[in-house]
Amino acid sequence: MSSLSYAAADSMTMLRRNLKHAMRYPSMTLSTVIMPVMMLLLFNYAFGGALGSGISGAPTGGGAYIDYVAPGIILMAATAGAVATAVGVCVDMTEGIVNRFRTMSISRAAFLTGHVVGSVIQTMIAIALVIGIALAIGFRPDASAVEWVAAIGLLGLLTLALTWLSAGMGLVAKTPESASNAPLPLTFLPFLGSAIVPTDSMPTGLRWFAEYQPFTPVIETLRGLLMGTGIGNSGYLALAWCVGLTLVGYLWARSAFGRTATL
Amino acid sequence: MTATPVTAPASAPAISALGLRKSYGDKVVLDGIDLTIPEGTVFALLGPNGAGKTTTVQILSTLIAPDDGRAQVAGHDLARRPERVRAAIGVTGQFAAVDNLLTAEENLLLMADLRHLPRPEGRRRAAELLRRFDLTEAARKPVSTLSGGMRRKLDLAMTLVGDPRIIFLDEPTTGLDPRSRRTMWEIIRELVVDEGVTIFLTTQYLEEADQLADRIAVLDQGRLVAEGTSEELKRIVPGGHIRLRFATPGELDSAARHFGAAARDPEELTLRVPSDGGISTLRAVLDVLDAADVRAESLTVHTPDLDDVFLTLTGHGTPATATEMTR
Repeated sequence: MSSLSYAAADSMTMLRRNLKHAMRYPSMTLSTVIMPVMMLLLFNYAFGGALGSGISGAPTGGGAYIDYVAPGIILMAATAGAVATAVGVCVDMTEGIVNRFRTMSISRAAFLTGHVVGSVIQTMIAIALVIGIALAIGFRPDASAVEWVAAIGLLGLLTLALTWLSAGMGLVAKTPESASNAPLPLTFLPFLGSAIVPTDSMPTGLRWFAEYQPFTPVIETLRGLLMGTGIGNSGYLALAWCVGLTLVGYLWARSAFGRTATL
Repeated sequence: MTATPVTAPASAPAISALGLRKSYGDKVVLDGIDLTIPEGTVFALLGPNGAGKTTTVQILSTLIAPDDGRAQVAGHDLARRPERVRAAIGVTGQFAAVDNLLTAEENLLLMADLRHLPRPEGRRRAAELLRRFDLTEAARKPVSTLSGGMRRKLDLAMTLVGDPRIIFLDEPTTGLDPRSRRTMWEIIRELVVDEGVTIFLTTQYLEEADQLADRIAVLDQGRLVAEGTSEELKRIVPGGHIRLRFATPGELDSAARHFGAAARDPEELTLRVPSDGGISTLRAVLDVLDAADVRAESLTVHTPDLDDVFLTLTGHGTPATATEMTR
C-alpha cells in the first residue's frame, strides 16, 4: 500500500474509533441536537408571535415566522456541534493514548481527520433531525430538489469549517471545561446576524457587525435556497467564508497538534 | 562457532545516543546523555522523579526532539527517519495509554488496524495477547472498569500487537501492588527470552533494575552518574549491613570484639556488621552473639537501595522514594 492509502486507512480506523465512542456515550451528540430543538420550539411558540409581527414586510415572503427562523436555527445545529468537537478532541488529548499514537508509524493527520469526519457526520445527523422537527411543526420550504442538495451542501461545508476550528480550540485548550467554553462565541454569533431577526431592524453599530460577520451570508443563502428569498452576492460570500474558515481551522489544528507533546 | 542468526551487523546497537540535551526554559532536563544498548538486552535507566528518565524515553521514542545530540534507534537516525524508528518500536508509558471508552479487545484490535494487520490476523493476535496476559475475562469490559494492574497489562499487550523489536517501558510498575509488579516482571522476562526483543526500561526501583536489567545506568539531574551491571553498581554502594543496638557501652564493646569488620557507634550504642542480607549471614551474626553471651536490644537488616546508590554517587538522597524502596 502507498503512504496515501495508509493515511486513508488510518483515518478510517480513527473515524471508526470516534463513532464507537459517540454511540457508546451519546450524551454529547444528544446535547448538540437538544440545543437547537429547544431554540426552535422557543422561537416558534414563545417568541414567534411577537417577532413574526415585528418583522412583517421583512424577507419572510409574508409567511409564518417559522419560515423565517427555521433556516437560522438549522444553522445553529452546526454551531452546537462545534462544542462537542472541541470537548471531544480536548478529552482525547488528555488521555495517554494520543502519545501512543504519536509513537506509532501512523499518518499524523489520521487522528484529527478521524475526529473531524466523525464530528461532521454527527452534526449532519443532528441537522437532519432539526430539519425534520422544523417540518413537523409547520416549516414549509419551497425548495426544489436541487436547492435542497445545495442547502445540505452549504450546511456540510459550514460544519466542516466550524469543526476544524473547534478541533483547533480543543487542541489548545488546557482542560475540557475551557474547551467547552471556547466555541461559545461561535454559537452566539448567529444571534448577532440575521438568524432570528433581519439585520435592518438592528441599531447601526450592531447592524454593521451583523452584515459583515460570516454567519449572515450563510443564513441568507440558506434562507434563499429553502424559502426562495433573494440571495444576491450572499452565496459567494458564504462559500468564501466557509472555505476560508476551513483552511484557517485546518492549518491551525494541524500546527497545534504538531506542537502539543504532553508530559 | 555460535548459532546466532545474523540479521544485522553484529556490532549495530539497538539504541545509541550521543550528547542528548534538552531544556525547558531555564530548567536543564537532560545535560548530555550518551547511551549504547546492544540488541536483545535489557537496559535500565534508574533515577528518582525528575531525573530526566521520561524525557529520555520521549526523545528516543520520537515524541519530542532533543535540543542537541544525535541518536539512532533500530539503525535509523531519530531526526531524519522518525517514521522508520516508529515502525520498529513500542512504547508503554507510566500512565496507561489505553482508550478508556473501548473494551480491552477493541483496544487491541485498534492497534492491529493501526499496524495495518489483515483483519483475521489482527483478531488472532488480539485473542492470543488476551490469553497470554490473562485478560480474556476482561476482553469485553470497558477499560475504565479494569484495575490498575490490568490496565498496565493491556497497555503492554497493545504495545506488543505490532511485534516491536525495541520496547520502551517507562516506569512499568510504578503505582502497582507488589503482586501485579511481579506479574509484570515475569511478562518482561518472557519477552526477552522468547522473542529476543531489546528493552529500555526506566525505574525508580533498584530492585526492579536488579531483577530485569543486564545493564543499569543511574540518571541524576540530567546526567548519567554511573553505568554498569547490577553487581558493579552494588560494589560502589556501601554494602548492606546488620545493625545491632545494645543497652550499655559495655555490651557494645564486648560485642565489637567478636565482629572484626564492624563499625562502632558509641553514641548510638550500635554496631554495623557488613552483610549481604542473606539468612546465613544473619544466622552467623546471631551465633556469634550467642557464643559471646552478649544480648542485643534490637537488630535491623539493611539492604542497599536507591537511596544508598544516590547518596554514594551524588551526595544527595531521594526523599520521595525512600520509604517505597525497600519493598
